[in-house]
Amino acid sequence: MKAVKFILIGILFGIILYKSEAASWYRIYEMFQFRSFHMYGMIGTALATAIIIVQIIKRKQIKDSNGMQIAFQAKDKSITRYLVGGTIFGLGWALSGACPGPMFALIGSGYWTLGIVLIFAILGTWIYGLLRHKLPH
Amino acid sequence: MLLEYIKQPWPWYISGPLIALVMYLLLKQGKDFGMSNNLRTMCTVLGAGKSSSFFRFDWKTQSWNLLVVLGTAIGGFIAHYFLSDSSAAQINAKSVADLKELGIIDHLQGYLPESIFIFNGSLFQFLILSIGGLLIGFGTRYAGGCSSGHAISGLSNFQLPSLIAVIGFFIGGIIMVHFLFPLIFA
Repeated sequence: MKAVKFILIGILFGIILYKSEAASWYRIYEMFQFRSFHMYGMIGTALATAIIIVQIIKRKQIKDSNGMQIAFQAKDKSITRYLVGGTIFGLGWALSGACPGPMFALIGSGYWTLGIVLIFAILGTWIYGLLRHKLPH
Repeated sequence: MLLEYIKQPWPWYISGPLIALVMYLLLKQGKDFGMSNNLRTMCTVLGAGKSSSFFRFDWKTQSWNLLVVLGTAIGGFIAHYFLSDSSAAQINAKSVADLKELGIIDHLQGYLPESIFIFNGSLFQFLILSIGGLLIGFGTRYAGGCSSGHAISGLSNFQLPSLIAVIGFFIGGIIMVHFLFPLIFA
């Protein structure tokens, strides 16, 4: 039953990504040119809503469906890994126009060439795993 | 009537809050909203644990997230085939002109530019897709997250590392679009 819930949440996510055009290469191109409000409006309202949700969960100590209190993990402190890693991801995001969520929505919508992007994204993560100890974090 | 409205591209003020709803639904299941973790899990499923301890974990604890991206693909299918008319994304006219000048499009058409995403067997196209993928896979794991894990989950919890990562996303994106595109597509 739980599996069905996760698939349904994913279906909702995929429909939103496709219909909002957040999965469109054109929108990502335009965003990095700062020429349209569309993506900023979307990320901005997503973030504003998410902030309210997180605050309500924390203040009302809302529990998850298993009865456990919903907890938020603090991210490790660092600058290098976030700045360098983030920049590398940004280069790939702008080139292929897809981040790790939209990639799957696009494969489902029939753009199978995103499968090439996915295979190499898995390979890129693998390379990170191999080189991780040699990289500044 | 409603279906006709749904079939048009959704405005940002509808889509944005809905993305936050997805985050809430996952939190309510006791899970975190972050898509790039799946790339690591897929490495583990494929046997990467033999080559690096980074991939040695019980991937079944992450199978819920694989189900989410399976659903995301189904969602893309439903949206494309049942909830869309075939209009192109109406982006800024100057961006369209730039794309024509770069030779990426003849005219604005479809959801993605055909010259990159409709496979024509060229090595150039394969390189764009594969290098794009490598940068995404390497960069997201190095940065510990992508647009969902940092820009939405992290920032909404006021995490400074996520702000630094998002600044990085934009540094990379701006370098690619402004400086590298003219070199790549010239």
